[in-house]
Amino acid sequence: MGKVGLDGHDRGVKIVARALRDAGFEVIYTGLHQTPEMVVNTAIQEDVDAVSLSILSGAHMTLLPRVLDLLKERGAGDISVFAGGIIPPEDIVELKRAGVLEVFTPGASTREIIDFVREKIPSRRS
Amino acid sequence: MAKTSKTASSERQRWDEETLGPALGKNPERAGPFTSVSDFPIERLVTPEDLEGFDFEREVGMPGEYPYTRGIHPTMYRGKVWTMRQFSGFGTARHTNERYRYLLAHGQTGLSVAFDLPTLMGRDSDDAMALGEVGREGVAIDSLADMETLFEGIPLERISTSMTINSPAAILFAMYLAVAEKQGVAADRLEGTIQNDILKEYIAQKEWIYPPRPSLRIITDIMGYCARVVPRWNTISVSGYHIREAGSTAVQELAFTLADGIGYVQAGIDAGLDVDAFAPRLSFFFNAHNDFFEEVGKLRAARRIWARVMRERFGAKQERSWKLRTHVQTAGCSLTAQQPYNNIVRVTLQALAAVMGGTQSLHTNSMDETLALPSERAVTIALRTQQIIAEESGAAGTVDPLGGSYFVEDLTNKMERGALDYIRRIDEMGGIVSAIEAGFPQREIAEAAYHYQMQVDRKEKVVVGVNKYVASDDHEIPILKIDMDVEREQVDRLKRLRQQRDYARVDRALASLEAAASGRDNLMPHILESVKAYATVGEICARMKRVFGEYREQPIL
Repeated sequence: MGKVGLDGHDRGVKIVARALRDAGFEVIYTGLHQTPEMVVNTAIQEDVDAVSLSILSGAHMTLLPRVLDLLKERGAGDISVFAGGIIPPEDIVELKRAGVLEVFTPGASTREIIDFVREKIPSRRS
Repeated sequence: MAKTSKTASSERQRWDEETLGPALGKNPERAGPFTSVSDFPIERLVTPEDLEGFDFEREVGMPGEYPYTRGIHPTMYRGKVWTMRQFSGFGTARHTNERYRYLLAHGQTGLSVAFDLPTLMGRDSDDAMALGEVGREGVAIDSLADMETLFEGIPLERISTSMTINSPAAILFAMYLAVAEKQGVAADRLEGTIQNDILKEYIAQKEWIYPPRPSLRIITDIMGYCARVVPRWNTISVSGYHIREAGSTAVQELAFTLADGIGYVQAGIDAGLDVDAFAPRLSFFFNAHNDFFEEVGKLRAARRIWARVMRERFGAKQERSWKLRTHVQTAGCSLTAQQPYNNIVRVTLQALAAVMGGTQSLHTNSMDETLALPSERAVTIALRTQQIIAEESGAAGTVDPLGGSYFVEDLTNKMERGALDYIRRIDEMGGIVSAIEAGFPQREIAEAAYHYQMQVDRKEKVVVGVNKYVASDDHEIPILKIDMDVEREQVDRLKRLRQQRDYARVDRALASLEAAASGRDNLMPHILESVKAYATVGEICARMKRVFGEYREQPIL
């Protein structure tokens, strides 16, 4: 899980990271101010099943497609990508079309996110 | 014993036995728990007995008098209602300048500038990290050229300008001074505010550049410079808003904000400044969340604590140094993406709490802010909300209407005690900077945020439309879209600037700034010369980073 760009709103990502960890998942939190390249490097190095990005700065239409492209370029297009943040409904439609698996907006419960990860994220090890 | 000597306490016992007990036997209370949104226990009933020994004159007193619990002005909103200050800005300096001229032409007398994220982080628009963020959350300012455009045709001697800027505050402020100089306006006539509150950045908002100690040096340089040159400028807006948005409780917001304020005053004194020369120019900025009475108690407690800290702890002699002046913004984090029209009601309650708490100015959030930057229609409703409170509700007709309520006075006392306890612990750690370096406030807030979310997930805390009264027919509301061309336009403008300016002058100015940063010279004149040479925000910050280093956070989950 990570924060890309300059956005410092980390309340949500930290809560979700902790909730997922408490639910038994192995969670790597990158911390703030990551570039798409840094996130993709970490994802590949750590051999993750999914990358989750939190963006509340309005830069989602630039940063999320960039992460998807980089993952594909690096031969890791099978890593799932989901996101959370202040993201308008029409952008969500477009992001899903581009390959983002799910987008959670303010008000989403940690249970909803845990269930999503459990049910919808395929393990890359099987 | 004669009946007349009965104490309040036995009256309460009598009520418990004769009236409450039987009533509870017939109709038990709801399951509860009865706690505030911050999980602060709320009493069934507060009676004079709970306030026994409470010295009303000493603790509450009269408005406009120490310790200002009832407000800093004797007549409060009967004299003048609070300032309705809505924060705005996006796109390029040209777009925002048009908006400001429109606002001023329609009677607004103050501006409140929102900068974009790269500017807030001291990065130029062509910095790799700025990708996708230029002009999105505020206006993009790279150099004095942009600032000249931002205030073109706006007479700076006739308006007050609030700038929400922290780490690079000295640079943006210097640009403002340079624009004023070009307009022929003397610095001692300028009025306005820079947020310039770096401590809450490490605690909550996370828009930092340098580590805490050099950042404090920049701030004391600004305080010293303003006391001499720009005496009507508010040098720091000590902010609890972001602390609360990061998930703190009301008591934590109160405590950490005042602890930050104490940190700035101490830093000023340590730098050799006279407390009464700079303290009157410090102001505050609090959050107004959903729990109405808790917010009122928090604001009343804030004034009382600050007055005593300034007079007793720091020995300030001027009344102006004792008064906590504050801006309030309604809680962005309380708004929901679901059933967004409900947010209008939340904002109304929060705004009313801010007014009952005695705020000096107020920003009301728009209903659509969990979805995007606000649309013009949503902003108008938010402003109308304030106007209805001011002119229809009657709340502005009397001073501190809730003063003397047993419940509110008791809650004010409890907020005060909770905050003083935190402040004592922070003092024991060696002050707020050491506490931040140890991750103490950050950890307390992360813990509170997680605790609250778990309560919401378990439905112990109700969020209407989210975990109760959920409806699938959410109304769609119109949303503001920002032009994606802004970034390219701004980067092109920056490239042209770099080609046109006098490089030798930029180099000289930055070299002298770096030398000043390594020594003890006040940085402001050097920053001023750098911005006048059209050095960019990114270049100036990069040069200071060479001396001061860069802050890195150890993430706390």
